[in-house]
Amino acid sequence: MYSKKVLDTFANPMNVGEIENPDGVGTVGNASCGDIMQVFLRIENDIIVDAKFKTFGCTAAIASSSIATEMIKGKTPEEALQVKNADVVEALEGLPPQKIHCSVLAEEAIAAAIADYRSKKK
Amino acid sequence: MRVYLDNSATTSLDKRVLEKMTPYLLADGNASSLHSYGREAQAEVDRAREEIASLVGCSAKEVYFTSGGTESDNWALRGVASALSKEGKHIVTTKIEHPAVLNTCAELQRQGYQITYVGVGADGRVSVEDVKKAVREDTILVSVMFANNEMGAIQPIEEIGAFCREEGIPFHTDAVQAMGSIKIDVKKMNVDLLSFSSHKFHGPKGIGILYIRDGIKCDRLLFGGEQERGRRAGTTNTPAIVGTAEALRLAVAEMEENNRHIKAMRDHFIDRVLKEIPACKLNGGTEHRLVGNANISFDYIEGESILMTLDLNGIAVSSGSACSSGSLEPSHVILALGRKEEEAHSSIRFSFGRENTMEETDYVVDVLKETIQKLRSWSPLFQAKEGESTYV
Repeated sequence: MYSKKVLDTFANPMNVGEIENPDGVGTVGNASCGDIMQVFLRIENDIIVDAKFKTFGCTAAIASSSIATEMIKGKTPEEALQVKNADVVEALEGLPPQKIHCSVLAEEAIAAAIADYRSKKK
Repeated sequence: MRVYLDNSATTSLDKRVLEKMTPYLLADGNASSLHSYGREAQAEVDRAREEIASLVGCSAKEVYFTSGGTESDNWALRGVASALSKEGKHIVTTKIEHPAVLNTCAELQRQGYQITYVGVGADGRVSVEDVKKAVREDTILVSVMFANNEMGAIQPIEEIGAFCREEGIPFHTDAVQAMGSIKIDVKKMNVDLLSFSSHKFHGPKGIGILYIRDGIKCDRLLFGGEQERGRRAGTTNTPAIVGTAEALRLAVAEMEENNRHIKAMRDHFIDRVLKEIPACKLNGGTEHRLVGNANISFDYIEGESILMTLDLNGIAVSSGSACSSGSLEPSHVILALGRKEEEAHSSIRFSFGRENTMEETDYVVDVLKETIQKLRSWSPLFQAKEGESTYV
């Protein structure tokens, strides 16, 4: 049911962990639904220089977190907001229909982290 | 090392069973045909039916072959509901039934029947008192599973059977998980209808049995030919029927020995896991539990990610998380125990079988310890504080 890319990404995820004193952090989902995604950002000169995540969730949620955090590194917050769930699905070489919400969660966690960064900057 | 700990999902076909089946897999002859080919097949089917009947304590004419546990459950519930609809439209069942029963009940509800779902205690058992309280004047059927597929709780079938017999209400039990692991005598247990499935005890897949006690009204589910005394249409599956009889004969003959071996591994497994992995809990009780079943919730992490990590290490288990079943709801069975949704999402079923070994059991615990530690380090819910684990 999972693509090889999803399984490989889950087996060796990138960017797992926390950033100390992050410039932005976003948490979405809830435990009763079985998914919580937390994204940490280090932003310097309006560039995302580091992104990390912690996820309570299934294979697809962890793989989505890994690939999405990897995709936004080196981008400006503005550009990072253009990374949509469909891009995450594509990068994972597809997700089963009932797992699409995991990619949506990744998009939302990034948006929440950027919103946090922007609110702190003000 | 590859370890199969999903014996509640299905079991391997016993080679001795395959040997018995092989001539009938290769042979011509429809058991319904009049010629010698047909008669030879029919004679084997008759023998198998007699053998199965004697192993569950009924007569051969009360044994009906179906395509599996799901069909048997569908037939029992829909058949009795239809046959007795003029007498009442109320059915009593439990919150922890297999979807084959629950979704059939949901369909009957759409057709105008009323269903009462009896709950269970933290040990996963229904109380006989609760079943008695749920029964009404217009109750036409009580259906309580023999043993639960997710957390293994064995239900008080004999007591419920005695009550139903006294009240004159037909009593069905889904014994798919119990058959082969518990000695079943339908007459002694006052069961009127009983479903089971061959592949759960090293028989072939694609065949089930429904026992219908003589005199119990149960309409047919499938229309077609006059097979199974005109009550279940469809070409007689001679090889699978022969295989079922042999698999059940072996399962009953070797039950004590198998159960001793399986229980020793399962108990050792639970002991080690609860001792060596913090913040996890056994779902369901220990006393009335299928010998092969261990169902454990691991706090702070989600079940499917545990399942897949174990799978990467060659270990096959199943999970009560929404994520592995394709629905968004976590296991209705674990929730019925009074567990929280996140605990249901975090549950894993390990089901041991006769082919597993103690060495495999220890390997699984070792891998499991690493897996849980790794996934917790990835979880935003988990913070290690002086060796203790706690919700943030």
